[in-house]
Amino acid sequence: LSIRSIEPAVAVGGGHGHPSLQYHFDTLEQQKEASTLGMWLFLVTEIMFFGGLFTTYIVYRSSWPREFMAASSTLDWKLGAFNTAVLILSSLTMALSIWAAQVNRRKQVVLYLVATMILGLVFLGVKAVEYADKFEHHHVPGPEFVWSEGAHAEPLEGPQSEAPPLEDDFAKHVQVFFSLYFIMTGLHAVHMICGIGVLAFLLVPSWKGRYNSAYHNPLECTGLYWHFVDIVWIVIFTVVYLIP
Amino acid sequence: VSAHPPTPPRSHAPEHASTGTYLKIAAVLCVVTALEFAVIYIRQLTPILTPLLIVMSVGKFALVVMYFMHLRYDARPLTLLFVAPLVLAIGIALALMTLPGDFLLFRR
Repeated sequence: LSIRSIEPAVAVGGGHGHPSLQYHFDTLEQQKEASTLGMWLFLVTEIMFFGGLFTTYIVYRSSWPREFMAASSTLDWKLGAFNTAVLILSSLTMALSIWAAQVNRRKQVVLYLVATMILGLVFLGVKAVEYADKFEHHHVPGPEFVWSEGAHAEPLEGPQSEAPPLEDDFAKHVQVFFSLYFIMTGLHAVHMICGIGVLAFLLVPSWKGRYNSAYHNPLECTGLYWHFVDIVWIVIFTVVYLIP
Repeated sequence: VSAHPPTPPRSHAPEHASTGTYLKIAAVLCVVTALEFAVIYIRQLTPILTPLLIVMSVGKFALVVMYFMHLRYDARPLTLLFVAPLVLAIGIALALMTLPGDFLLFRR
């Protein structure tokens, strides 16, 4: 670090050019590259985080295919597909908000950000409906859990078809499915809520025209995060809802 | 220090896909989602349903990463940074699938 870079006079940007340029960067381009690299590194940690959850699901699904098949069939894949379309549209509006900043259309930046937030809230609303259904049918793991559907999944071919599990074991394994379902979709929803919070935080500076063709790093990094949350849902939808 | 940001330059080199490309990608993603939904009801596809769904999901995943997350237009090291742990995570998941003694992902 040079002595110049730690002087208080330049500590809050603006010391050498653009007001959004922080003191420890020489140019906006350098600042953008550093923040983008940092965001991707964060997303890598998120891959490993969700990767662990997906691995756990796949391993248990391999162990108890009948139970997971029976439990998975209680999920509403129509709502899942609707939510997938909602998230895809929200990714589109997020990308368009960044484009609007790049071409200096301040009002459109705000408009697309608000649209992204609304679509995110619609997703969470549909998720709440799904969760309410699970509570209503006592499909939430814990002392109140009830599996009245029984061990009626389609018979499998091969070694798994031998020695059908006892009713108690079946219900326990189904409960594992619902534990993983709530953990995976719940953590995804937490990521959505965080994303909506960050989008709300960006609204005021967007309205003030702070993000434009010269500087829009916060929008870019938030967009990367939002799209990542989208692809996590794409995988959850396929693995948990659709694969029988 | 000025209280207002300086006037941004009018012309700026495009860094991402165009709005038209974004719209096309979103349309393709919605169509593939509809196809995922449809193939479940086609009985003839039941034997290959799981790999089919995985292929469509991977396609959607790749489109979002390449265009919306603009890895297609970014520096190669960023692609490597994203893909390497992804391959590692998938490899670990596949390896651990052998724990129960059967490889059941593609079996119904």
